[in-house]
Amino acid sequence: MVLVAVRLTYNSMVVGSVDAERADQVFHALADATRRDIVAVVLAGEQSVSELARRYPMSFAAVQKHVVVLERAGLVTKRREGREQRVGGNIDTLREAHHLLNQLEAIWRQRLDRIGAILADPPEA
Amino acid sequence: MTVTTVKKDPETRTLTISAQFDAPVARVWQVWDDPRQLERWWGPPTYPATVLDHDLTPGGSVTYLMTGPGGDKHRGWWRVIAVDAPHRLEFEDGFADDAGNPNNTLPTTTCRVTLHEQAGGGTRMEIESTFPDLQAMQQLTEMGMEEGMTAAVGQIDQLLTPQGH
Repeated sequence: MVLVAVRLTYNSMVVGSVDAERADQVFHALADATRRDIVAVVLAGEQSVSELARRYPMSFAAVQKHVVVLERAGLVTKRREGREQRVGGNIDTLREAHHLLNQLEAIWRQRLDRIGAILADPPEA
Repeated sequence: MTVTTVKKDPETRTLTISAQFDAPVARVWQVWDDPRQLERWWGPPTYPATVLDHDLTPGGSVTYLMTGPGGDKHRGWWRVIAVDAPHRLEFEDGFADDAGNPNNTLPTTTCRVTLHEQAGGGTRMEIESTFPDLQAMQQLTEMGMEEGMTAAVGQIDQLLTPQGH
């Protein structure tokens, strides 16, 4: 099955270090436009939560919540500096997510390739 | 074989892939209908599949075993929903435990296969794979949309590209 094959491939061959549950968290985290934007912003340079909160038409608490979701998914890291919380991007997790996405389509393309090869074989083979 | 279209619809959590084969419908059907042919393509070369049961009738089941490079075994099953040979096959696809019992804690995928005769004797095969009702899987398809990702994700791509895959 596609999903299982993705998970198998993902778990055993491609990523190794990240389990399927973590992958679900990553995709959930990236489902939201604000969260995707936060990730892009902090990858370009660390930001405090207050700095992030000023960028979006929402409360500090709401932005804080988004950061928590991203942190849980391993997409950003948080560290305390004085009274501030600094948020930075974690590019490794993103690269893993990227891999998983490409795998999904690749699995069916590879299956179709193999079917093509079988059909090109003489029937006796 | 040429992949002609790839569609990902986040609303219905469906991935649709169409491919063109230079073989008649009856011949393409055999790669599903014959377990020995099925096991030659279902698993990747590093996880070759062995098809155990193979009953392509409504309610019937197909069970398979995939063996990894380290001898690790992964079992899976299909539950056949509908068959109209040699044009249509619909089945639910799931994971099984080491004893071959369906693992209900992992989501299943529904797969619809249709074969269409083409002028000149070829076949267009369409695979429609519907992901389980999990938000995570929905996002997985959404993120892969060919129409392009959001600017933010585009930036992420750019950041990732120089570092290779």
